[in-house]
Amino acid sequence: MDTEITLRVDGAAHPLTVDTRTTLLDALRERLRNTSPKKGCDHGQCGACTVLLDGRRVNSCLVLAVTVGDAEVTTSDGLAGDDRPHALHRSFVEHDAFQCGYCTPGQICSAAGMLAEARAGWPSAVTGDGEIDLTDAEIRERMSGNLCRCAAYANIVPAVAAVAADEGVRR
Amino acid sequence: MREFRYERADDVDGAVALLAGHPSGAFLAGGTNLVDLMKLGVATPDLLVDVRELTSAEVTDLPDGGLRIGAGVPNADLAADPRVRQRFPVLSQALLAGASGQLRNRATSGGNLLQRTRCGYFTDITVPCNKREPGSGCGALEGVHRNSAILGQTLDGPGTCVATHPSDMAVALAVLDAVVRVTGPDGERQVPVTDLHRLPGDDPSRDTTLRHGELIIAVDVPALGFPSRYRKVRDRASFAFALVSVAAAVRVDDRVVTDVRLALGGVAHRPWRARAAEDALRGQPPTEAAFAAAADAELAAATPLRDNGFKVPLARNLVVRTLLDLVEGSR
Repeated sequence: MDTEITLRVDGAAHPLTVDTRTTLLDALRERLRNTSPKKGCDHGQCGACTVLLDGRRVNSCLVLAVTVGDAEVTTSDGLAGDDRPHALHRSFVEHDAFQCGYCTPGQICSAAGMLAEARAGWPSAVTGDGEIDLTDAEIRERMSGNLCRCAAYANIVPAVAAVAADEGVRR
Repeated sequence: MREFRYERADDVDGAVALLAGHPSGAFLAGGTNLVDLMKLGVATPDLLVDVRELTSAEVTDLPDGGLRIGAGVPNADLAADPRVRQRFPVLSQALLAGASGQLRNRATSGGNLLQRTRCGYFTDITVPCNKREPGSGCGALEGVHRNSAILGQTLDGPGTCVATHPSDMAVALAVLDAVVRVTGPDGERQVPVTDLHRLPGDDPSRDTTLRHGELIIAVDVPALGFPSRYRKVRDRASFAFALVSVAAAVRVDDRVVTDVRLALGGVAHRPWRARAAEDALRGQPPTEAAFAAAADAELAAATPLRDNGFKVPLARNLVVRTLLDLVEGSR
């Protein structure tokens, strides 16, 4: 059943007619040709499709496009400003935090959302008392919604840790 | 995915009215479970009424020191709320033990309570499942059932079902004696959360006691006033459903357990409030032996399957460890 919507993605508004069954992920990739978010499992288990929705990380494969409304969608592409890579993009390159790269845009968006959560003081399952300190254990726990079949975790954790330290949420 | 019409209403009453005359319709909140089930062909609504922004996304104080949780409060926000962390650590811990950061951002409090079992036979439309297709049989009973229920299953007849309820949050709410506020075609009513979820009985297709068209609008958590804790055992360190989990709250005065609340997750078709264990423990000293005896009293009713007998000692040990942690922390 066709419905007219307008998706705000990476700073631009896109009027679209979509079938109500269309997920945000499919709308981004198949209609807007924004192939930054990836389709891995399509069931919310791998995190490759992660985008920011009004700054909060979500699995775009489980969000119906008709439900997005006026929310601002940010993909990994959109995190880059004026053709300059985001600090997380640079850190992933510097730390060689990927092999095939398929999960990377989802990892980057998830990390961006996760760092905002940490700055807001949100706890995780491994957080003790006191201020948030994104130790390696904290990063592994908070990033557990993003799988990497190449198992680049050994470099993903330091890549995220470096940015966390710069942002003052890792001591 | 089956085609469906998508509707928004101006308010809760409008949403309830939209669904009332539509037996094949469903409410949509965060969609983290429902959209997945629609992709799998397990859920086939022909109408979705979007309620995510209709119900409150606020946590508000109740006069007695409790909290009212709007049905639209995302799981992530609820877990991070300082009042929840301070007054009801069991609830914050349960939420943080579940799902992933992305899912907790989208999933709502109301939707968390209404998520469906992750039993592999329920989510695979090519195999029998009495919950998904009444009368088709239970594939798990003699199949892959390592993570199925050990308590309160229906083990024969047309209602056979060994599925577990997947929510961590609901287990915490069970020990908190939370009350679910519901609006439906016949008006508002309040349902104790321990009466919200059902055992399979002879109709495993029904997870809850809610009627079609009833919408959860809030959950009230009364004041507790003593320490609480959630502990979960799973096959991997994060982002996995419970094999067994325990929610516990205990008050000790002068070396005697004067109040105790216990519930188990991952062991039954609903969050399992362990009232036999509570009865056995009240008035006892807070010792490992007393905790073990209480756990045994509850688990005497267990009817494990061929491959999930390990859950019985796991639940026992988890109860003992969690209670010991609680009383050692509260001294």
